[in-house]
Amino acid sequence: MWDYVKLIVLGVIVVFAAIAANFARDLAYLVHAIIIFLTAAGLFLWQIRRVGEPAPVHNPNEYMDGVVRAGVIATAFWGVIGFAAGVFIAAQLTWPQLNFDWAQGYLNFGRLRPLHTSAVIFAFGGNALIATAFYVVQRTSAARLWGGNLAWFVFWGYQLFIVMAATGYVLGSTQGNEYAEPEWLTDLWLTIVWVAFLLVFMGTIINRREPHIYVANWFYMAFIVTVAMLHIVNNVSIPVSVFGSKSVPLWSGVQSAMIQWWYGHNAVGFFLTAGFLGMMYYFIPKQAERPVYSYKLSIVHFWALIFLYIWAGPHHLHYTALPDWAQTLGMTFSIMLWMPSWGGMINGLMTLSGAWDKLRTDPVIRMMVVAVGFYGMATFEGPMMSIKTVNALSHYTDWTVGHVHSGALGWNGMITFGALYYLVPKLWQREGLYSLRLVSWHFWLATLGIVLYAASMWVTGIMEGLMWREVDAQGFLVNSFADTVAAKFPMYVVRTLGGLMFLLGAIIMCYNLWKTVTSTAERKPATAAVAAE
Amino acid sequence: MADNPKEKITPASRQYPDPQSKLKQDPPTTGHSWDGIEEYDNPMPRWWVWIFLITVVWSVGYWIAYPAWPGIQSATSGLLGYSSRANVAAEIDEFEARNETWFAQLVETDLDAIREDPDLHRFAVNAGASVFAAQCSQCHGTGGAGVQAAGYPNLLNDAWLWGGTMEDITTTVTWGIRNDDYPEARWSQMPAFGVDGLLDDQEITEITHYVLRMSGQDHDEALADAGAEEYEWNCASCHGDGGEGDYELGAPALNNQVWFYGGSEEAIRHSIYYSRFGVMPGFETRLREAEIRAVAAYVHQLGGGQ
Repeated sequence: MWDYVKLIVLGVIVVFAAIAANFARDLAYLVHAIIIFLTAAGLFLWQIRRVGEPAPVHNPNEYMDGVVRAGVIATAFWGVIGFAAGVFIAAQLTWPQLNFDWAQGYLNFGRLRPLHTSAVIFAFGGNALIATAFYVVQRTSAARLWGGNLAWFVFWGYQLFIVMAATGYVLGSTQGNEYAEPEWLTDLWLTIVWVAFLLVFMGTIINRREPHIYVANWFYMAFIVTVAMLHIVNNVSIPVSVFGSKSVPLWSGVQSAMIQWWYGHNAVGFFLTAGFLGMMYYFIPKQAERPVYSYKLSIVHFWALIFLYIWAGPHHLHYTALPDWAQTLGMTFSIMLWMPSWGGMINGLMTLSGAWDKLRTDPVIRMMVVAVGFYGMATFEGPMMSIKTVNALSHYTDWTVGHVHSGALGWNGMITFGALYYLVPKLWQREGLYSLRLVSWHFWLATLGIVLYAASMWVTGIMEGLMWREVDAQGFLVNSFADTVAAKFPMYVVRTLGGLMFLLGAIIMCYNLWKTVTSTAERKPATAAVAAE
Repeated sequence: MADNPKEKITPASRQYPDPQSKLKQDPPTTGHSWDGIEEYDNPMPRWWVWIFLITVVWSVGYWIAYPAWPGIQSATSGLLGYSSRANVAAEIDEFEARNETWFAQLVETDLDAIREDPDLHRFAVNAGASVFAAQCSQCHGTGGAGVQAAGYPNLLNDAWLWGGTMEDITTTVTWGIRNDDYPEARWSQMPAFGVDGLLDDQEITEITHYVLRMSGQDHDEALADAGAEEYEWNCASCHGDGGEGDYELGAPALNNQVWFYGGSEEAIRHSIYYSRFGVMPGFETRLREAEIRAVAAYVHQLGGGQ
């Protein structure tokens, strides 16, 4: 019965996608319709061959790790793609000749920039979050993922979202809202996938065989619920035509700007902070084999973090049309956010107390510690940059870009690498990693790459901030914009180099993980879900 | 100390009867274990709590001092009466007041007399440099060197399209060139001799070689000779018999090595075949008169002012 429902739904999607492709008003929409058509048609054929076959029986006492394995592969894959796109656009900023004439309208900086940001945040980061959330929630709840194959729907649905978003950017379909560029069709699809993600996660929590919900899961839950809310509110728009990708946003003017940065800042707060803190709260104690430092701190900083973060968005709109009162609230809440953010850092670092010697021997734990360090640095820098007088210098400059990257490369990147190094031997039942030496190489390449990146962006950011505001005694501007661009060239070379090192590290990681799966000895499987006392 | 941070954070007197025991045993856990992970029941670090509270208190103080909480009609305005818009207006007014007499003098003084008053001229050039950086450098380059071969004229030399006197430059900046925004904009149009079929390929080649000879470049003598008559018929009325150009028509001189779209055989041929149509916006509504005069004075002293 269920098989036939699936077949009917897929069949309807195939027909509608074919109609949509026929009437498509723009290239991006046409490509999306064809992608959906091919996907649905492929699934239809796959499904029809399986009709009547007995459904595979799963042992409910066994963790569902296949989808986590797929997530780990996707994380590594999209990571390399996203980092490579970043290196290329950094090179385009350094040497504009790389905006090739023959690729105008497809591969120029304007098209590739959202491709890079979405690839690293949503494709790399998002897959890392989904995969680790599925892994962690099963272990800490001692329960198999709820919803059967719904977890697989989340995984593949999310990959489809990524492909639609990426093709849309390159073909010029964009809402023009930073980090919320995908147009309405892609947004609707992501909403469906995200609700499925929420269901799988909550269902597993409800089925848990532990009396309490582990702190990592609070953070994962805050991440999933808030991102759903942010995504829906910021993307309320009316399509111009059901057969075209273009839509008109419901919000306009300064309200639209405020909602965009309420979204944008909380994408940082709940996607890149809360979600990754969930990751940290599982993988650091596991890798260090030490208890979490303070339960009280974890409670207080969790609630303080999620309550305060949601207010901080207006600091992206200092000295704009946004009223002064909103700017004040954005700034003060950002400053109050400093300690709640640091609570996660303290808990992460202090968990290692009593196990500091592992830093000498275990490059994976070293990676996690550096991640927490960069997290602490970025969450101090953020409140500082939200202060209006500091922001007057830093806003619109490369300082912001450097700040984001010390958080993204240092915190999100490194903690994800640490989690991947932890997960792969566990998921593929290996005795250990193929080579700790290569992990060390990755660690140093990535760390030095981040240092080059952040340092060069501090220098150019502060330099261009000072150049922009420089006026002579009569109040006349001293520098033209092009002067500031020319002055940044050497630092842009350094930034590109830093990004290249980070990319190289990630490629080394992929090789190491591949060899771990293919060339190391097998470990005795022990994946039964057993409720701890 | 550094080897054992617990010592700092967990005062012995509060949790352990024996001050030495904390060195030997771990603090208590909450009693739960998830997949082998336990949690210590350590108190929150004191410094953490204090800094958090201080930021909260500071924020409350800031809300009292500055505009902060919205009501239905308006927001609290804060005790300091702060307004970012009023601040920026005051800052602009301050500079305006400082420059007021200079700007007035700039408007009143005869254009050619500006450079005779050293103080006024210095002010005009400074102000003009700033206007140039903000408004002109995008096309003409930050130093005014233009973009060779792309149609953005170099302003550092004495080769002018529409004249290089203060009067000419001011007119050009005010109304622009070949734009649809101002009827006063300077206007001229070279025919597209190839596209419109006014000349055939052979004739265009001949004229091209004639222009190459005129500008002192390598050329084919026979073709150039043949092009002389064609030039006279088709080009001389604007570009002059000797290729000296005409400021009235914005016709560039062809008898020198200064080119706006490149001086190669290919580029010249392209210019004749397709024509060129360089556009510049007018600044009449974007800049004040004093600013236009200032930027004219700046451009005039770059090297080629007449």
